[in-house]
Amino acid sequence: MFNQYALHHAWLIPLLPAFAFIFVGFFLRRLPAVAGFVSICMSLLSFILSLGVGYGVIARQITVDNPLVQKIPWVSIAGFQADMGVYVDPISAMMLVVVSLVALLVQIYSLGYMRGDNGFGRFFAYLSLFAASMLGLVIAVNFVQLFVFWELVGLCSYLLIGFYFNKVSAREAAKKAFITTRIGDFGLLIGILFLQILFGTLDFQQLAATVPTYVMQHGTALLTIVALLIFLGPIGKSGQFPLHVWLPDAMEGPTPVSALIHAATMVVAGVYLVARAFFLFSVLPDAMAVIAWIGAFTACFAASIAFTQRDIKRILAYSTISQLGYMMLALGVGSVTASMFHLMTHAFFKALMFLAAGAVLHALPEKNDIFTMGGLRHKMPVTFAAMTIGVLAISGIPPFAGFFSKDEILLAVAQVSTPLYTIAVVTSFMTAFYMARLLIVVFCGEEKPENQPHEAPLSMRIPLIVLGVLAVIGGYIPYANNFGDWVRFGAAVHEGIDFSVAATSTVIAILAMCLAWFIYGNGMVRSDKISRRFRIFYKVSFHKYYIDELYLWFNHTFVDGFGKLLYWLELHFVEAILIKVAASLPVKLGNVVRKSQNGNLQRYGLVMFGAMILVVVWLVLLNPLFNGVAGGAY
Amino acid sequence: MVHFPLLTTILLTPIWGILVLSIMPREADKTIKMIAAVTMAIALGLTLYAYWAYDITLGGLQYVEHVPWIEELGVAYSLGVDGISLPLLLLTMLVGFSAVFVSWNIDKRSKEFFIQLLLLIVGAIGTFVSQDLFIFLLFYELGIVPTYIMMVVWGSAERVSKEYAAMKLTIYLLLGSAFMLAGVIALYVNAFPAGMRTFGMQALAQAHVLGNLSEHVQVIVFFLLLLGFGSTLSMWPFYSWAPDGYAAAPTGVSMLHAGVLKKVGGYGLIRIGLLILPLGVKFWAPFIAIFAVVNVLYAAFVALAQKDLKYIIGYSSISHMGYILIGFAALNVISIDGAIANMFAHGIMSALFFAMIGLVYDKTKTRQVPELGGLAHQMPRIATGFMLAGMSSLGLPGLAGFIPEFTTFVGAFKVYPLYTFIAISGIVFTAVYILRMLANVLFGPRREEFDSCRDASGAELVSLVLLGTVLVAFGFFPQILIGVINSSVEPIMATLMGGAF
Repeated sequence: MFNQYALHHAWLIPLLPAFAFIFVGFFLRRLPAVAGFVSICMSLLSFILSLGVGYGVIARQITVDNPLVQKIPWVSIAGFQADMGVYVDPISAMMLVVVSLVALLVQIYSLGYMRGDNGFGRFFAYLSLFAASMLGLVIAVNFVQLFVFWELVGLCSYLLIGFYFNKVSAREAAKKAFITTRIGDFGLLIGILFLQILFGTLDFQQLAATVPTYVMQHGTALLTIVALLIFLGPIGKSGQFPLHVWLPDAMEGPTPVSALIHAATMVVAGVYLVARAFFLFSVLPDAMAVIAWIGAFTACFAASIAFTQRDIKRILAYSTISQLGYMMLALGVGSVTASMFHLMTHAFFKALMFLAAGAVLHALPEKNDIFTMGGLRHKMPVTFAAMTIGVLAISGIPPFAGFFSKDEILLAVAQVSTPLYTIAVVTSFMTAFYMARLLIVVFCGEEKPENQPHEAPLSMRIPLIVLGVLAVIGGYIPYANNFGDWVRFGAAVHEGIDFSVAATSTVIAILAMCLAWFIYGNGMVRSDKISRRFRIFYKVSFHKYYIDELYLWFNHTFVDGFGKLLYWLELHFVEAILIKVAASLPVKLGNVVRKSQNGNLQRYGLVMFGAMILVVVWLVLLNPLFNGVAGGAY
Repeated sequence: MVHFPLLTTILLTPIWGILVLSIMPREADKTIKMIAAVTMAIALGLTLYAYWAYDITLGGLQYVEHVPWIEELGVAYSLGVDGISLPLLLLTMLVGFSAVFVSWNIDKRSKEFFIQLLLLIVGAIGTFVSQDLFIFLLFYELGIVPTYIMMVVWGSAERVSKEYAAMKLTIYLLLGSAFMLAGVIALYVNAFPAGMRTFGMQALAQAHVLGNLSEHVQVIVFFLLLLGFGSTLSMWPFYSWAPDGYAAAPTGVSMLHAGVLKKVGGYGLIRIGLLILPLGVKFWAPFIAIFAVVNVLYAAFVALAQKDLKYIIGYSSISHMGYILIGFAALNVISIDGAIANMFAHGIMSALFFAMIGLVYDKTKTRQVPELGGLAHQMPRIATGFMLAGMSSLGLPGLAGFIPEFTTFVGAFKVYPLYTFIAISGIVFTAVYILRMLANVLFGPRREEFDSCRDASGAELVSLVLLGTVLVAFGFFPQILIGVINSSVEPIMATLMGGAF
C-alpha cells in the first residue's frame, strides 16, 4: 500500500529536497538545466509522498486526537532530551500537501522566470533548502525541532531576499528581515525555555497531556506570560503588528520567492505554530484575546496601508500581512479549522497572484509601479485570468476558494465578539477595494505605448493554470468534504453557511469592487482629488504610518548610540586611566628600587647581613616546624 | 594495565615536529611548512582516534598515564582525558591544523614562525591532557611567551601598535597567572598536611571530600584562580587585552588564541575550580553570573561600534564568553554541558572567522569594513566561510553553536531566570552586528578595486573546508559532542550535588 509506505517514510519528505540542496549547492551549481531538473524531481517526489500521507491520514482514520508519531533522539543529556521526528495528523498532512505543492509549482515557474540568471543554480539550491526546512518544520514533534527548522526557514528567507546581493536594497531588506524576526524569536526562545523548566519536556504530545493539569493546579497567570512570549515568535515570522515591517521589504527577493516564502508558506509558519501549540493557547483566555486582537488589528492596519501603495508586489505583501491577521484572528477566537482552511486557500490564491505579478514584472522589466502599467489584458490573457481569479478569491466572492474560508472565519468571529467582527468586515471591504484597484490599474484601461508586454512562457503558465484551478475549487471541495471534521482542535464544529454572514461579506466585497471601478476604471471619481482632500490620511497610509522611520531612528539613536558611547568610554577611561596608571606603576617602583642599586659594595653587604639576620630570626622564632628541631637540639 | 601511551604520543608529536624543524635549513621554506602540516595531521589523526575510541558508557578519565616525577613535592607526569577535556583537545588539533595552513603564505622567517606556532599548540595540548596541576601550570605558561614573540615579529598594527598590544596581552595574562599561581600554592599547602602534599588533580579533588579545605580557604583560592582564568577567558572586566591582541596577532595566532587558549580559562574554572573547590565556586557563582551578563551585552554593544573586522570578532568573542560563564555559574549538568560544548563550538567558529578575515586582509590589504564591500562577487568561497561562521555565531540551528547555547540557556534559566533573560537578549544584538558586518563586507555592488583578488584556493581552503565541515557536522549531530561531555559531567555533578551543593 502506497499510503502505508508514505506514512512510515514521511521523514523522506523533507529529506528529499535536502538532498537536492546538497547536490545542487555543491556539485551542480554551474549546470542550470541539471540543477533545475534535480530540484524539481525531488520536489515532485516529496509532493507525491505528501499526497500519500494525506490519503493515509484519511484511510487510516488518523485524527488530531490520535496522531501518528515517529521519533528518534537527537540530543539527550541528563535532564534534557530533544527528539527529531515526524508528527502526522490532519493538520500537518494538510500543510505537507500545500507546502510541497506550492514549492513544486514555484520551482517549475522559476525555470522560466530565472532563465539566464547567473545565480540559477544557487537559486534552486536555496529553494530546495527552503522546501526541506519548511517541511521539517511542519512535521515537528516538539518545540526544539520546530525552533530548529523555524530558524532554518528564516535563514533561507534571508538568503533569498538577498538573492540579488549586488543591490544594496536587497541586502538591507534581507538583514532587516532576519533581525526583525530575531526579535520575535527571542520571545519564542524564552517561552520554550519556560516550558522546559515548568514541564520538563518540550514534546507536543506530553505537553498536551500535562498542560490542563498544570492549569488546574497553578492557574493561568504564569502560563499566559509564557504563551505570549511564544506568540512573539509568530508575530515576527507571520508579520503581525508591530514586527510586520520586514515583510514588505522582503519583496526585494525574486518574485517566485515572494510567492513561495513570503506569501504561501514560511509566513504562515507562525499561524501553524499557534495551531500546533493550541493545547496551550486554548486554555488561556487572555492569551487568546491578545492573539485575536493583534490579528484583527494587523488585518485592518495592513489593509489600510495597501490602499495607497503603488508597487505591485508591496500591495500584495500588505495584503499578505492582512490575510495573516485574519488567520491569527480565527485562532484567537478559537477556530483552528477556519484558520487552517484560510491558510490553505490563501496559499493557493496568494501564490497565484504573486506568480501572476511575476509574469507582469517579467514582461515589463524595471517596472513595478502599477500606474506605469495598464491595459495588459490584451497581450497577457492567461496572466490576466489568473490575477482575476486571485482577486475574486481574496475578496471572498462565491464560489471562489477565499469565499468559503473567509466565511468560516467571519462566522467564527461573529459568534465570539461583535467589535472583532466589525473590524473583520471593514477589512474585507478594504481588501476587495485595493485588490480591485490593482487589477483594474494593471490590466484594464489603455496600454502604455512604451511597454512591450508579452505573455509568460509555458513553464510559467502551467503553475498559473494549476493554481488558478485550485483557487477556484480549493474552497468548495474541502468544504463539501468535511474539512472541519479532520482539521480541527477538540470537537468538530459543523457550521455550514450562515447566510447573513455570507451575504453581508459578499455584498460588501462587490460594493468595494464597484467603488474601485468608479475611481480607477471609468474615472467617475478622480483618485488624485480624493488623495488631496484627505491629504493627511493619504500621507500617513502611503508612508506606512512612519513605523519604519521610527524603528530606524530608534536603532540608530539608541542601539548604535549606546554602542558608540560604551566604546568611547572604553577608549578614554578604561584604556587611558586603568591601563596607563597600571603601566606607570612598575616604572615608578623601578625608580625607587633603582636608587638602592648604586654600586656601593658596603651597602650591599649591609643589606645582605641584615637580611640574613632577619631570616634566622624568622626561622628560629616563628616557624613552628623549625621550633621543633631547635627544641630537640637544646 | 599497560597500554599504548596515546596522550604522550599526541603531546610529543608537535614536539618532534619542533625538533625536526629546528635542524632544517631556513631556506627550505616549503619543506618547513610541509613538516608542520604533517606533524599536525598526525596529531589530529591521533586525537580523532582518541575521540572515537573514548568509551562514553564508561565516562570519566581514560587513556590515563602516571609516572612519578618529583616525589618530594608530589609532582607526577600524569595525563588523562575525560569528556570535559577531550572535546577541547580535539578543538586544539582542529584549530592548530587549520592555523598551519592559514600561515602558509608567511615567508618572513618561516622556520621560527612554525616552531613557535607548534610550541603554542604544545602548550594548549598540555593544559588539556595534564592531570597534575604542576604540569598544567607549566604548559599554561608555555603558551604566553611564543604569543608575545609572534605578535611582535609577524603581527600587524591598526588601532594600536603591535608592540603595545603584545605587551598588554602579556602583562594581563602574566599578571593573571601570578594570581593563579598564588592560588594554586595556597591550595597545595592547604589541601593536605605536610608529607602528603600533591599536585595531582584527582587527589586534590579528594581534599574537599575529606574536609581538608574549609569553605573559607576555597573561597579565597577560587577568587585567585578566577582572576587568572577570568583574564584568560576575557571575563569582564579583564577583557581589554583580547581585542587589541587578536587584532595585532598574525592570523594563525589569533585563531589559536581566540579559539583555543581562551578556552583554557573556562576549562580551568571547571577542572580546578568546580572539581577541586566546589564551595568556592558556589560562593562566587552569583557574581560570575552578573559578570557573564555584562560580558554578553557590553561586548555586543561595543562590537556594534567597531569598524575593523578583527575588532568586531574580538569583541564578539568576549560577548560569547558570557554564555560560557553563565552556563558555568548556573552549576547544573545541563548548563555545564552547554558551557563546555559552547567552548568547542565557539572555538571552531571564531577560528573560522579569523581565518576568513586573514584571507580577506591578505587579498584586499584592509580590514576596515567601510573600505570593503561586495566581496561575494569576487570571492564566493570566502563569503561562504564568513556566512558559516557568522550564522554559527548568532546561534543558527544546524550549525555547531546552537545546541550548546540552547542547553546553556535551559540550564541557566532554571537558576538565574532574570540574568539569563537579559543575556539571551544578546542574541538580537549579536544578529545586528554580525549581519551588518556580513552585509557590508560581502554583499552590495561589485567593487572594481577587488577584481584582481582571487578567491581562496589550495592551502587557503583547508581551514574553510575543515572548520566549516565541523560546524555543520556538529550542528546536525550535536550528540557526538554533547554526549561525550555529558558522560563525564553527569557523574561529577551527581557527586557534587550529593555533597557540596
